Amino acid sequence: MRYAMAVDTKKCVGCSDCVVACQTENNVPMGFCRDWVVEVMDGTYPQLEMEIRSERCNHCVNSPCVRCCPTGASHFAEGGIVLVKETECIGCGACIASCPYDARYPHPDGYVDKCTFCIHRIKKGMKPACVEVCPTKCMYFGDLDDANSDVSIVLKKRKYKVLIPEAGTDPQLYFLI
Amino acid sequence: MKEELIVSGRMNPMIDPSLNIWHWQIPLYLFLGGMAAGILCIAALYYIRGREKDYYTAVRITPFLAPILLVLGLLALFIDLRHKLYFWQLYTNIKLQSPMSWGAWTLMVITPVSFIWCALHIRDIFPEWDWKYKWLKDLEAFFNRFKKTLAWVMLIYGLILGIYTGILLSAFNARPLWNTSILGPLFLASGLSAGAAATLIMSKDKAERKQFAKIDLVIIGIELFLIIHMFMGYLASTQVQIEAAEMFLGGQYTVSFWVFVVILGLLMPALLEILELQKLHIPALISPLLVIFGSLMLRFIIVYAGQVSRYLY
Repeated sequence: MRYAMAVDTKKCVGCSDCVVACQTENNVPMGFCRDWVVEVMDGTYPQLEMEIRSERCNHCVNSPCVRCCPTGASHFAEGGIVLVKETECIGCGACIASCPYDARYPHPDGYVDKCTFCIHRIKKGMKPACVEVCPTKCMYFGDLDDANSDVSIVLKKRKYKVLIPEAGTDPQLYFLI
Repeated sequence: MKEELIVSGRMNPMIDPSLNIWHWQIPLYLFLGGMAAGILCIAALYYIRGREKDYYTAVRITPFLAPILLVLGLLALFIDLRHKLYFWQLYTNIKLQSPMSWGAWTLMVITPVSFIWCALHIRDIFPEWDWKYKWLKDLEAFFNRFKKTLAWVMLIYGLILGIYTGILLSAFNARPLWNTSILGPLFLASGLSAGAAATLIMSKDKAERKQFAKIDLVIIGIELFLIIHMFMGYLASTQVQIEAAEMFLGGQYTVSFWVFVVILGLLMPALLEILELQKLHIPALISPLLVIFGSLMLRFIIVYAGQVSRYLY
């Protein structure tokens, strides 16, 4: 099993619904977020090109955060989802420094927090909150090992990219271009 | 032109606009740990080589600083933790891939060893010292019998401690400035020179001072070589590392790095020590204090600048 997510940059309008849905679903403390929207403007007027991306933890296969964690609090759960065990995290910040995507933040309660792909929802057969709520349906989630999952199907049909492949992390958040 | 902005109002105060996760505690610890490692390595090395009589201060007196430095460093590390009451989780497993994990275990070995080393030499400081209890006296006799083994442990773990302070940073490939393996040897060299400077401050013996001025000179040469090598590596590497190097070559850290670390921390003390070896009269404290200051500034500047350097995508 290999969970992954694909975000369609052609469909995303940057409404931030995914951000709010995540904050509500996961009770994210004020001022923090587990996912966020990036708007990239490329070129010089009038030749402008815009890309909008809903970003979050990339649940990398070769995760620097899992590697750097001194206690094993950062670990792989089923399907390669990267999770933090709150009671093992000492809040040293090594994983935050090791993440090229800056996907982690220190929770005010002391441990480090991040996107979980809404593992509590997946276990019940539901989609992650951000995917569920997206008004343009620009996000696809599923198991890459299953050829019939939403994400496998869309990645077969469309061109895609990942962020900072040169960091060698093998990220599992795909952006359709 | 490429402009990138986060439109969802993300405000992670510890990350945006640039990573802000480690403050004074970490560079201070890296300095204290590195200096303690330097002191212990030099003491162990000269003891093993049987030069205890020639370098009395370095082997028997300066090591009294090490436990103090280590305890202060550990305190700084503890203050840095955000989930303080869970710190013991460091010692429930060994993660070989995480430099922080084997750093924690190294400290677990070297801190007690440094205390034992001091206990064996306590009468050099307090000639009237009495352990009072028989079991403490037996313990002293036991460690005295295995002093050479103890010195080997101290040497090896001192080297690991000195190198690990650099490897800790270079394991983070997300921060291009840190992601160079030169940081390990550079921080070890910097720690050794700070350790040698400590003996230079404490020793009153002319021959010993001369020897340690020479040691400091050699290590300063090695450090300069490593720094040049580090920048050659950055400039011949990928775009993100070129940009990381540019922070020191015209960017925001140029003045602080070249003035505080290279000129005041390396070139000045080297010059003063050369003049002193030429028998010119120079106040003895200036050069070792500059070396220690440079060593401290190196840690601060690398830790802070590393958090600014990042991948752009």
